[in-house]
This record gives sequence, structure tokens and C-alpha cells, in this order.
Amino acid sequence: MKKLTSNFKNIFLVLTGIILLAVISSSVVHSLVKDKIQQSKEEKLLGAVRKVLPAYDHFDTKPTEMNDGVEVMRMYKAYDKQNHFVGAAVESSSNNGYIGHIDVMVGFDQLGQILNYVVTEQNETPGLGARILDWFKTNHKNQSILGKNASTANLSVRNDGGDIDAITGATITSRAFLFAVRNAYFAFTSNTEQVASAVNLKADSIQTPTNH
Amino acid sequence: MTYFLIFISAVFVNNIVLTQFLGVQSIFDVSKRINSAVRFTAVVALIMTVSSVLIYFIQTLVLQPYGLEYLRTLAFIVLIVGLVQLTGFTFKSISKSWFMNYEIYRPHLTANCVILGVALLSINKNYDLSEYIVFAVSSAFGFGLVSLIFAGIQEQLKLLNLPKRMEGLPIILIAAGLLAMAFMGFVGIAK
Amino acid sequence: MKDSNNNILTKGLIKNNPLLVLALGMCPALATTTSGINGLGMGLATWFVLLCSNITVSLLKNIIPEKAKLPAHLIIIANFVTIAEILIQAYWPDLHDNLGIYIPLIVMNCLILGRAEVFASGHSVFKSALDALGMGLGFTLALTLLGVIREFMGTGKTFGNIVFPGEYGALLFVLAPGAFITLGFLIAGMNKLKKQS
Repeated sequence: MKKLTSNFKNIFLVLTGIILLAVISSSVVHSLVKDKIQQSKEEKLLGAVRKVLPAYDHFDTKPTEMNDGVEVMRMYKAYDKQNHFVGAAVESSSNNGYIGHIDVMVGFDQLGQILNYVVTEQNETPGLGARILDWFKTNHKNQSILGKNASTANLSVRNDGGDIDAITGATITSRAFLFAVRNAYFAFTSNTEQVASAVNLKADSIQTPTNH
Repeated sequence: MTYFLIFISAVFVNNIVLTQFLGVQSIFDVSKRINSAVRFTAVVALIMTVSSVLIYFIQTLVLQPYGLEYLRTLAFIVLIVGLVQLTGFTFKSISKSWFMNYEIYRPHLTANCVILGVALLSINKNYDLSEYIVFAVSSAFGFGLVSLIFAGIQEQLKLLNLPKRMEGLPIILIAAGLLAMAFMGFVGIAK
Repeated sequence: MKDSNNNILTKGLIKNNPLLVLALGMCPALATTTSGINGLGMGLATWFVLLCSNITVSLLKNIIPEKAKLPAHLIIIANFVTIAEILIQAYWPDLHDNLGIYIPLIVMNCLILGRAEVFASGHSVFKSALDALGMGLGFTLALTLLGVIREFMGTGKTFGNIVFPGEYGALLFVLAPGAFITLGFLIAGMNKLKKQS
């Protein structure tokens, strides 16, 4: 069969036609699956919230948002059966990982002590930066942040004068992770009157998170 | 992130070829001679800089506001292909020899992970326009640096007496691995 | 000499293995094979795109003018990569997180572009589909093998199952240098295998 000649008109028409078909087919698939994607995202987020919170009866499914002009933090407050505040999960992030964006969900008890954390998004180097998934929970030397309170401990890497041992060979990722954790703490303390009085707002003694 | 940090990161600490594997395919072909390595890098730098501006605007003015992020790949590909085509036309009207050289590189340019990869990385890092441009130029520089080093390495490899099965790609890959290891030594720089 | 259908299907496994013999698709191969499951996922995603693209290019081969082949093929491939990315994001979100930017980069995979240009644009839809099946299988197997080796040597695990404790692993294999070196040795091994068969 004879192929179409390669003149400008044909080329333009064919390419435009293919682009249109591509856009249409992609859009169709997207609209079919859109809800599933949204659902997966929400499940992942709420799963992370449940995992890091202390014992609770219910929590705010709609988070309180905090914007310091650079980063956005979202706090999910949790309560017991008598509606007393028991703690919160705060989602925060950093764009300064080795590769790029890191999202963390940190769980605090009423006093701002870190109970647990879940890294909800990262693209760091596997075996190195990706170890933030469990490194800072491991009770080995001084790397764990669990049980620590940002008002009494300096949650930065040793290189920056902090108390936490970074991942060997992944200082940049560790630094970004801890930055996100400190941001989470700030959101936590500045947003709950109950906490602010409990920790005497010692937050100012901690290095202010700056976006570097 | 200061521009200097972005530069150091893209060229040394996080060299896009040796740590992100972008442009690996092209490096092995293009770095056979130093001349072609330099010329190819120059063209890549040109296209990356121009494309970065266009891609940035498409991302921030069209894709993000209208929730069309899923069309990103398609949009960027159309843009890159169009740009490579346009550059070809421009070279054609400038000089015949420029155009001839360009034609040789065209397949490598279009099917090159570098341009698209750098665009995607920029979006991931939430760079603004100026940071993206610096990143693009730095990445081209990093690519060029590795090409040059590789051109030198490939010259040396020709002189070796290798087991038959290791000749060609295997030894080049192992050399690349050792080079990647060497570059890992730069990790401490970006503080 | 016309390729028999059987030949088209099997040549992608050893004789013409896309990754280990033709050296196509090295960029995603090195980047995503940090573990067996990632390599397998990437291989399957690429296989899907290859199959759809080969079929479509073959269907449209008489409409695409000669000079428009490269852009047309790229756009067709980009279309299926987009669809693949949307589906992976919806049904396999963990894989989507692991593969990251390398899913869109499937577009630049020289294997898919190469098969479209060299084979699908000149053969029937059926033969093009067979070609995609064979080449895709070879690529997926190669990627999975690379991933399994790197994961095993680097962390002592196979598909996430611990075989020996991680501390005895050579972390290098999971990192960039290990990718290059392992692939180098695999290709050398494949050279030897090819010469013998």
C-alpha cells in the first residue's frame, strides 16, 4: 500500500491527529480511574495518621492547616472518649532531600513527645537516603527520635550541632527529614493551646527552620 | 538553594549521569571522540535551556492550574520534539555543516533521558524558573564533564588486553561504575 | 529471509535480548533495578507500553509520512506511557512511589522506539504484537534478574524475603556503581552464553 507523501500538510495533519487521539485516550483513562487514585491517596494518608497517633478514640479527619509561607503543615488532632486532647499527627515536608521532596507524618503525644513517624513520600536513594523509613526509629546510638521532645532535644544532625546521628553517607536526606520533623513540631505547638502551656513554649530555643 | 549549590549538586554530588543514569545510553555512543562529545553537549545545553523555560510555563500556567498533570508526559514530549525540529531548521538556515552535524545527533537528542529527566526532577524539587534554568545548564555541564572523562577512558580501554567476552560494553560499564564510585566521594561537599 | 512467527517470538530471549545483547533501555534498567520486585514492575510496565505501541504503530503505518515517523512514534509511545502511569498510580501506588520519575522516562526507552521504527512500521499487526511479546519478555526477565542480583548482594534479601542478614551485604550493589558493574558482568556473561548457543 502506498504511504502518504511527506509534505508539510500531511505531516501536520497526521501529527495533530495523533496528538488529539493521545490526549483523548489519556483523558478517558484518567477520568475512569481518578476516584481510585484519590481514594488510594486518602487511605495512605489516614493509614499513616492512625499508625503514628497514641491511643485514641477518634481524630479530626479534616486536618488543621498551617502555612508558614514556605511549607504547609497539616495537623490531625486526636481525642479520647471524653473528648480530651491526647495528641496529634502532623504532616509536614521538605523539598531539600538528596533527590527532592520528602513527606513525613509525625505523631506527638499531648506534651509534644514524638511517638512515631511514617515517611509518606520520598524518592531518595534506596539503601541510603531511603533508610529514613526506619533509621530514626532504631534504638542504636543516638539516631532515634522516638520519645524525644523538640523542646528539650536538638533535633538536627550532629554536623549542624544537633543531637541526632544522621544516616551514614546520607547527611543531606537526614537533614531534610529532621527539618520536616522540626516543622511538624512547630505546627503542633503553635496550634494547640493545651500543648503550648504544657511545654512552656520552649520551642524558641530550637533552631528556627529556614528553607535553605 | 543557592545557584552555586544547585550547580555543584548537578555536576558533582548528584551527577545526573552517574547517579540518576540519565543520558547513559548517549554517553557511551557520543563519547567515542572528544570532538563529538563537546559538540553534543553544547547542543544539549542549548535545547535544555530553551526547553526549560517553555516546560516551566506549561507546567505552571497550564498543567497545574487546570489539573492536567497527568498529561505532563505527552505535553513535554510534544514540546521537546517540536523544539528539536525547530533547532534543526534554525541550524539549516545558518550553515550546511552545522545542520549536517546536527542531523547525526538528532535521534540521540529526541530519545534522550536527560531533557525529560531534568524537567521531571525540577518539578519534584519545586524549583522556580531561575532555579530550573540553573539546574538545566548545570546538568548539561555535568553531562559534558562525564562525556569528556569517558572519551578519555574509552581511548585507554582500546589499549587494554581484555578477555573476549569483556570487550565492548561490559568493560565500559565497569569503568562507568568505578567512575560513579569516584564521584561518590563528592558527597560531603554540599553542606 | 523472512522470520517465522516462532522466531520472532523467541529471538528476544537470548539471541537478541534487548538489554543484555542489544544494549537498549539501559537508563531505566540501571535506575529501577534496586530490588527484584522493582525490576519486575518496571519490566512489566515497559512490556505493556511496548505491546500497545507496536500494535498502534503497525496499525497506523500507512498513514504516517516518512518524515514524521520519529515524532509520531514518540507521541504514540508517550500516550501509552501516560496511560500506564495513570493505571500504576491507581492500582499499584507502592510501585509508583518506588519507580518515581522513571515511569514517564519509559518514553525514552530506546527499545520501544527502536522496535516501532525497525519492526512495527514495516510488519503486520500480528507480527508486531509477537515481536513486542518476545522482546518485552526478554527485557522483563533481564531487568528482574538484574534487580534480584543487586538486591541479594546488597541487602541479603530476595523479593523482600531475608536470605542472609543485611549487614553482610555489599551496599554498593544497591547504589549507582553497583548497577553499572552488575550490568557489565551480566552482559559479559550473556556474551559467553550467546557464543556457546
